[in-house]
Amino acid sequence: MSITNDVLERNKESGRGTLIGYYPAGYPTKQDSIDSLVAMAENGCDILEIGVPYSDPAMDGLVIQHATEEAIANGFKLRDLFEIIKGVREKVDTPLLVMSYWNPVLSYGVEKFSEDLVSSGAQGMITPDLIPDEASKWISLSDQLNLDRVFLVAPSSSDARVENNSKSSKGFVYSVSTMGITGERTELDRIARSVVSRVKSLGDTPTCVGVGISTADQVREVNSYADGAIVGTAFVKAYQQGGLAGLVSKTKELAGGLG
Amino acid sequence: MQTNLRSQAGPYFGEFGGRFVAEPLIAALDELEATYLAAKADPSFVAELAELHKTYTGRPSIITEAQRFASQFGDMRIFLKREDLNHTGSHKINNVMGQALLAKRMGKKRIIAETGAGQHGVASATAAAYFGLDCVVYMGEVDTERQALNVARMKLLGAQVIPVTTGSRTLKDAINEALRDWVANVDNTHYLLGTVAGPHPFPTMVRDFHSVIGVEARAQMLELTGRLPDAVAACIGGGSNAIGIFHPFLDDQDVALWGFEAAGDGIDTPKHAATLSRGRPGVLHGARSYMLQDEDGQTMESHSISAGLDYPGVGPEHSWLKDLGRANYFGISDAEAMDAMRLLSRTEGIIPAIETAHALAGMKHLSTVLPAGAHILVNLSGRGDKDMETAGKYFGLLGDK
Repeated sequence: MSITNDVLERNKESGRGTLIGYYPAGYPTKQDSIDSLVAMAENGCDILEIGVPYSDPAMDGLVIQHATEEAIANGFKLRDLFEIIKGVREKVDTPLLVMSYWNPVLSYGVEKFSEDLVSSGAQGMITPDLIPDEASKWISLSDQLNLDRVFLVAPSSSDARVENNSKSSKGFVYSVSTMGITGERTELDRIARSVVSRVKSLGDTPTCVGVGISTADQVREVNSYADGAIVGTAFVKAYQQGGLAGLVSKTKELAGGLG
Repeated sequence: MQTNLRSQAGPYFGEFGGRFVAEPLIAALDELEATYLAAKADPSFVAELAELHKTYTGRPSIITEAQRFASQFGDMRIFLKREDLNHTGSHKINNVMGQALLAKRMGKKRIIAETGAGQHGVASATAAAYFGLDCVVYMGEVDTERQALNVARMKLLGAQVIPVTTGSRTLKDAINEALRDWVANVDNTHYLLGTVAGPHPFPTMVRDFHSVIGVEARAQMLELTGRLPDAVAACIGGGSNAIGIFHPFLDDQDVALWGFEAAGDGIDTPKHAATLSRGRPGVLHGARSYMLQDEDGQTMESHSISAGLDYPGVGPEHSWLKDLGRANYFGISDAEAMDAMRLLSRTEGIIPAIETAHALAGMKHLSTVLPAGAHILVNLSGRGDKDMETAGKYFGLLGDK
């Protein structure tokens, strides 16, 4: 069973739709990231995604790159991640997924990382640079520990890969909406619809769409064909421009796109 | 010891290698692998590449015995495989011409490349000019400054050079930026990766394109000396010139293989690029391999006077050869490399690239571990023209500017 999955299904049935909010751990400090994630949960995010700052974030756009660089410069360590998760858990019970490049997890130890996800209260992990083909250890550990396991599908993925990556995922599968790296787009690619429809036709794993969402209309539009909208860059930018108050108002604005 | 070391075709070399990249790139890697395997089996592709090497690259490259240089180290014979005489001045052209032909086969009109010292960027810009492709080269801002002449060469060849200002602003960050470009433009763009690192099929494919170095050299040594060398040596950053000359010798068990990595200020200081000597296995740029990382798995910045060796990762096949004990890896400091650069220049009239000078500096160590009269084949991977600014400053040759 997956709590994340339950939230997605419940919100789908009620017609609300789901908003998933990304925020980097330790940005700009540990406590700030706790406050930000709690505020996002309290103001409309249904699921939280906490990013692990990494030295070589090849999948991120400049806004998130600069934020995670700053977190590292301010002393972020991997062990802080679990304290931040606990800090969020003390205030809210919103499902929370960690998003991490693979090397920090490998370095920490896949087993210990997985156990610490459980003990800190996280529901699972999104792995942007780990495909199921390379993930046998993580797959068996997350099965044992009942953790969500989110892989990606892309417009360029073959049907066989869409099917396999969806089946290998637990909680939901992450549909990358454009070919580009994360960053705002003024219009969502029609390609997102086609990726989602392939996920739907090839299996029953819920799918959420990420990359490029920055307005309430886009949140509404994505929820009309997918199970949830994932927002990252727009939240980080809102924090940069208006601090916690700016983040709160951006969260409320985007949650306004939900039914 | 295994006797089929040469037959490794990836994606894994023991526990190393693989494809640790985001899903959006998998289709491009699959397409590249399929195209490469078909081309490799196609006599017309093999013939076309061979003809290009003959009429454009300048292959086969010659072997020069360095007698005056060798005499500095006692009783040994040193043979230089002259990749510095290739068009564009280094071994990099071997891989570039192969991959550019593949880009054409895939119908991709745009190539992107990363570069550290600028040698791979120049080679890529050259191939793009030759084949009429658009070319964008990502280069760390730090490297654009220390290799300004190569930036000018790339621009003259018609390439766009984009200085990378994120992270440590060196080769590793240039690779990140090239990967971002590739994800966004994968439909019309081939990423012409310049070393044997990265996700499968790059380590295997780039090795195959460079193995022409070792294939030629092995035959040339047999013809010249009547036997195989006792040791084969090369400098190693990502590891492309080293694997190129090592690979055909992998199953010759009596031939020792020596890779010389950049030890920067010294192997026991924090400032070095000695990935195999001082790193530990992890995932960087799409492959599992040795790398320089802190306790959290954050990539550490490497340091070397040589931009081409200034990389905190290394190709996965080298990690495998290290753990098997088939190849030896040894650190050479900046100072030792610069001394060797000057020594080869003054004893043989050959100015090597600073990268290559690391392999030459390794002769001192080999003279202590190999028997008297040993024959050593060294990959003279590149020429030093591009390094005159660095060497001029280092040796005080430029006067007051």
